[in-house]
Amino acid sequence: MEPSLATYLALSGILFTIGAVGVIFKRNALGMFMCIELMLNAVNLTFVAFSRYYADVTGQLFVFMVMAVAAAEAAVGLGIFIAFFRNRISIDVDDASILKN
Amino acid sequence: MFICVHLWLVILKNLRISTVENFMASVLFFLFAGLAIASAISLVYHRNPLYSAISLVGVFIALSCIYVTLAAPFIAVVQILIYAGAIMVLVVFVIMLLNLDDEKPLNRLRYLYAIGGGLGLILLLQTFFIFYAVSKKPNQYIETDETVGKTLSIGSSMYTEYLLPVEIVGILLLMAIVGSVILARRFNQPQLELVVDNELGKRGDEEGKEDYRIAL
Repeated sequence: MEPSLATYLALSGILFTIGAVGVIFKRNALGMFMCIELMLNAVNLTFVAFSRYYADVTGQLFVFMVMAVAAAEAAVGLGIFIAFFRNRISIDVDDASILKN
Repeated sequence: MFICVHLWLVILKNLRISTVENFMASVLFFLFAGLAIASAISLVYHRNPLYSAISLVGVFIALSCIYVTLAAPFIAVVQILIYAGAIMVLVVFVIMLLNLDDEKPLNRLRYLYAIGGGLGLILLLQTFFIFYAVSKKPNQYIETDETVGKTLSIGSSMYTEYLLPVEIVGILLLMAIVGSVILARRFNQPQLELVVDNELGKRGDEEGKEDYRIAL
């Protein structure tokens, strides 16, 4: 039935690659955050594909857990961004250099 | 060129286009896969954070449609609700709140381009390796159980077999709420006062403060 497991894994891998490259290329902390969300989604696609092809509901439950962790990460991460923006008037990750000296 | 043709033949061989349904499923998969990849590239390409956020919403919607074709309707709905509905709204709110402008191009961290390109190449090669390895494996079309992925099966296993992880996730979300409230708060915050107290202070005490207290 339908496209095979390999095509889903390939799509997931391509999305993960784009996300990983984006995390390195972006300097904006929000951009990096969004690329991390993209990588989490790529892994979710893998879980759902395996859950479909092995007819096991565990993969979809784990997708649910990943979504909860992503929501927690969004709440805490955006709080950190706002606190950081209040100290330096930018959200550029190069400006987070207090510990460098 | 030859590699592209070869890859295309392998993809076609894996599709098992035999009936109209399978053909439609393949067409839908490639439509939404292309949409997801294009939106992801747009996410990395744009320098304006708001355009990136809109592109990420495109990725989420395309992936949700792919989940529907994978017979996981609950996960598809939850994907739209949580990711596109909650997380992205939060991100767009923060972008608007901070009034961010376009990010400037990298100037002093130019070696990051080399690192990123190398990492991307390695991950892409790994993806093609996995694609070839899995597509060579026979017997990857296991006859599926139609109840898997419905809300009933997910809910019943969530509250019987996987009860402890669900509880742990609940505690994690509670910790995230408390942590984000503490992080986003100003440290030199003025003493909190009820609006009612200010109003009563202006009006004088003739109306009786205790009545308001009790009503509150």
